[in-house]
Amino acid sequence: MKPLHIIVCVKPVPDFRSPVEFDQKTKTVKRGNVATVINPLDKNALEAALQLKESFGGKVTALSMAPPFAESVLREVLAFGADEAFLLSDPAFAGSDTLATAYVLAQGVKKIRDFDLVITGAASTDGNTAQVGPQVAEHLGLPHASFVTQVKRHSEHSLELTLKTEEGTILAEIDLPALITVSREINEPRTLGLFGIAAAAAKPLHILGSSDLEVDPERVGEKGSPTRIADIREVSFARKSELHEGTPEAISLLVKKFREWGVI
Amino acid sequence: MDNQGLKASSDIWVFAEQKNKRLAGVVYELLAPGRRLSDKLGGSLASVLIGYDVSDLAEELLACGVDVVYKVDAPPLAHYNSWLYPRILEKLVKENPPNSLLIGATYAGMSLAPALAARLGVGCSAHCVNLDVDDHGNLLQYVPGFGGSLMAIIISPYSRPQIATIKQGVFTKTESKPGIKKGMIREVAFEFTGPIPVKVLEIKQEKHAGMPLEKAKVVVAGGAGVGSKEGWAKIEELAALMGGAVGATRPAVDEGWAKESQMIGQSGKTVRPELYIGVGISGDIQHTVGIQDAQKIVAINNNPKAPIFKMADYGIVGDYKEIVPLLIEAIAQEKN
Ligand SMILES: Cc1cc2nc3c(=O)[nH]c(=O)nc-3n(C[C@H](O)[C@H](O)[C@H](O)COP(=O)(O)OP(=O)(O)OC[C@H]3O[C@@H](n4cnc5c(N)ncnc54)[C@H](O)[C@@H]3O)c2cc1C
Ligand SMILES: Nc1ncnc2c1ncn2[C@@H]1O[C@H](COP(=O)(O)O)[C@@H](O)[C@H]1O
Repeated sequence: MKPLHIIVCVKPVPDFRSPVEFDQKTKTVKRGNVATVINPLDKNALEAALQLKESFGGKVTALSMAPPFAESVLREVLAFGADEAFLLSDPAFAGSDTLATAYVLAQGVKKIRDFDLVITGAASTDGNTAQVGPQVAEHLGLPHASFVTQVKRHSEHSLELTLKTEEGTILAEIDLPALITVSREINEPRTLGLFGIAAAAAKPLHILGSSDLEVDPERVGEKGSPTRIADIREVSFARKSELHEGTPEAISLLVKKFREWGVI
Repeated sequence: MDNQGLKASSDIWVFAEQKNKRLAGVVYELLAPGRRLSDKLGGSLASVLIGYDVSDLAEELLACGVDVVYKVDAPPLAHYNSWLYPRILEKLVKENPPNSLLIGATYAGMSLAPALAARLGVGCSAHCVNLDVDDHGNLLQYVPGFGGSLMAIIISPYSRPQIATIKQGVFTKTESKPGIKKGMIREVAFEFTGPIPVKVLEIKQEKHAGMPLEKAKVVVAGGAGVGSKEGWAKIEELAALMGGAVGATRPAVDEGWAKESQMIGQSGKTVRPELYIGVGISGDIQHTVGIQDAQKIVAINNNPKAPIFKMADYGIVGDYKEIVPLLIEAIAQEKN
């Protein structure tokens, strides 16, 4: 079967283990001193691409839209085994919502060209919309499948996919070129090896701005983003709560309450 | 972005997702907010039903009080298809643009909504937990966000229709009453030529082991504070003793202690048990939006300042490694 050129969309996200701060004035998330990591599901996306490449030959290209500081994240992606990386970075892209982000990524894919498959994570840990994948597909006119848990080559020009549903799974076939978004169940991402880290330094990493891509300035950044955050409100689910030290008395009182509430 | 999108009516549309000739539960949940919003806007409530041999479901939607059911009925549409469904909806929307389109945040909905929004070039929010409209006809889309106890209100002021996906389990289901039918069904012909690059080959139903979280009377949930797989076994033991189900926060799922299907919160399930016990959980809004309707909330946490204590009916401050075994013992004794 013919080798596959796979593009993996990788989103640099703030490490969710560090606290996220929200700036009430600018209504944006403060990213200042938070560590940046690869969105966890994008590691699964990358792993899926690397496994396909190992089976059929070809090439894995990483694609990301992020500020220049995300270069280190793309270096890491190269260390995992991607062959080449593109970082789309331009002040004009700031403030993009999912539609505008997907548009920029789609223009990046067009620039990379000659691909068979685009893989994204199903969702990111910060945006968590699960929208960017299907939207990149639509911008490129590609068929898409979301929440993929298994991928196999079905024929020269198609893949067999297992998709998650509420009740179980769906087995589907998708013609290439296509875009798939992957779920955690698809694989166990490999760990970073020293050899990979050494090799990464020599691999091509391109940083492209608006002028390197064919982007319509009306369709990127805040201008190109139909959604707005109108307001941020504190919500309170507070109840009349009683707090006890963890003594045996507090525990027997709780068991009494369980009786009262009819749950034991 | 100025006046992108279409000139819209004041109607609200609900996507009537169906599977195996049944409407998805979330469809019933979206009809009440759909009605409330359309009343406020002075429009009507319509529903889009795409499938094969789904006349009964169209009648069912009318019996739930829907004013108009747009029905597209053809063999290739039997199951959700990520190529055909967005195209069909795009056509329907362009012919008769509603103010807003509400779509359940199911697996199919999370594929359909963004694809459709991209085709139309309009805004789309994800996992809303509440909805309203303002005086300008903007859909106010409530999305928990940014940690802590903050809720973001998302709007798409310049684009129509507005598309929102809504978390399952947040609104109450509308019951169908055959007597109230007053709406009508509009058959829309399925006209599609060309290759279909996505095909469903087989549908596999899976029996889920254990009690479904959403139906459990008691939910014992564990968080990052549980700290280890061994610790997690204690959570499971407590749940089993109380005849309950085990829930989890995202970090607990990320650690591999629990399955994704056990996650509670914004990107997980909503539960309404008689009793929820949170162990080693801080009480971040992204988790607590999924438990706020529990009748009783008990929290066990070693940090007296943990936000979850504020919403707990009963809180115990201490190391769960000591508290949970004592609790298990005390319940076992009480039961005897
Ligand atoms: C877009 C988005 C969507 C999200 N969706 C979800 C979602 O659906 N569900 C979800 O749960 N999260 C979700 N999250 C993550 C969420 O923001 C929080 O990170 C998460 O809920 C915190 O989980 P936790 O309480 O287990 O962990 P932590 O916040 O780390 O809290 C652990 C708690 O355990 C306590 N503890 C530690 N050791 C012990 C001990 N020995 N005994 C007792 N207590 C102890 C600590 O005091 C602390 O309060 C989402 C995040 C984002 C950005
Ligand atoms: N800025 C970005 N750069 C590269 N990929 C992205 C970006 N934003 C989203 N993605 C991809 O889209 C997926 C879903 O993200 P989201 O829609 O934010 O939940 C992620 O897992 C990434 O693969």
